[in-house]
Amino acid sequence: MTPQRPLIPPSTDRMPNGSGAAAVLAAGIGSFMVGAFAIFADKVEGLRKLMNIYKPTGPLSGVAAAAILTWLIIWASLEMRWRNQDVALARINTLAFVLLGLSLLLTFPPVVDLL
Amino acid sequence: MEMTARSLWTMVHGMGFGALYLLACSGAFVELYRRYAPSSSGEVTEGDETFLCAYLIAMAVVAWITVLTGAFIIYPWYRAAAPPGTADLSAFPQMLVKSHPGTSGWHSRGMEWKEHVAWFTPIAATMVSVVFLKYGHRLKGLPQLRAAVLFFTLISFVSAGIAGFFGAMLNKHAPVEGGQRIQLMNREKQ
Repeated sequence: MTPQRPLIPPSTDRMPNGSGAAAVLAAGIGSFMVGAFAIFADKVEGLRKLMNIYKPTGPLSGVAAAAILTWLIIWASLEMRWRNQDVALARINTLAFVLLGLSLLLTFPPVVDLL
Repeated sequence: MEMTARSLWTMVHGMGFGALYLLACSGAFVELYRRYAPSSSGEVTEGDETFLCAYLIAMAVVAWITVLTGAFIIYPWYRAAAPPGTADLSAFPQMLVKSHPGTSGWHSRGMEWKEHVAWFTPIAATMVSVVFLKYGHRLKGLPQLRAAVLFFTLISFVSAGIAGFFGAMLNKHAPVEGGQRIQLMNREKQ
């Protein structure tokens, strides 16, 4: 007979939701930044050149690097601010989902062409 | 039977890591939905939780490998510019696909979307794995956080699916070829 593996007790050890909220909102902002940087790099000649940090990949290299850097910085700062507290997660979720929706739109070429 | 080094890299990127991510993501979604629902009566053992944690971290790593190989290894081959006057564009997929009205949309709509939307996948997968690492079974008591984790898992699946679909279609119309030839099997006798 195999020994029973320990069961995790029901969630009595509640944690503040701040850390999770920071990760959720930062991911929404990070995704939005991909779309925003992509649009600016597409529409602004000077920024397109600036984003060309790795020539074989072209402006995409700078767009991705800038968005990821922004995402990580925002995540770290929100984490430091919220990690020990409970925040209004419903509002933060809504904001993150809206940002995700916008980022899907901002990367969709027919929409980009309209801007 | 042989293939080129670039073709092998493209296969590893798409059919290897990309397809693996899509499979893994659907599994993660089901597990997070089923096991961590507040109403779920199923027992979560420490072993289960450790496994899912490792699974989600591996998934995020696969997502990063997929986009990084795509953006920094395969995409430069795809967008390589042909010298003026080149008649055979088979080594320059972007130019080849743009040279016909019937296929140019695969670049202007497909690649233009794929190259950006793909980045949502590792961002979302990293967020999901870090939140699970931190909260684990406590997600059962935090339904809004669990909902966000599920939503981002779904978005990472959708964005990986969009990128994968356009990648496959582009490679069908203008395959990324070139580099060293790799012999997979001995040549058959005629």
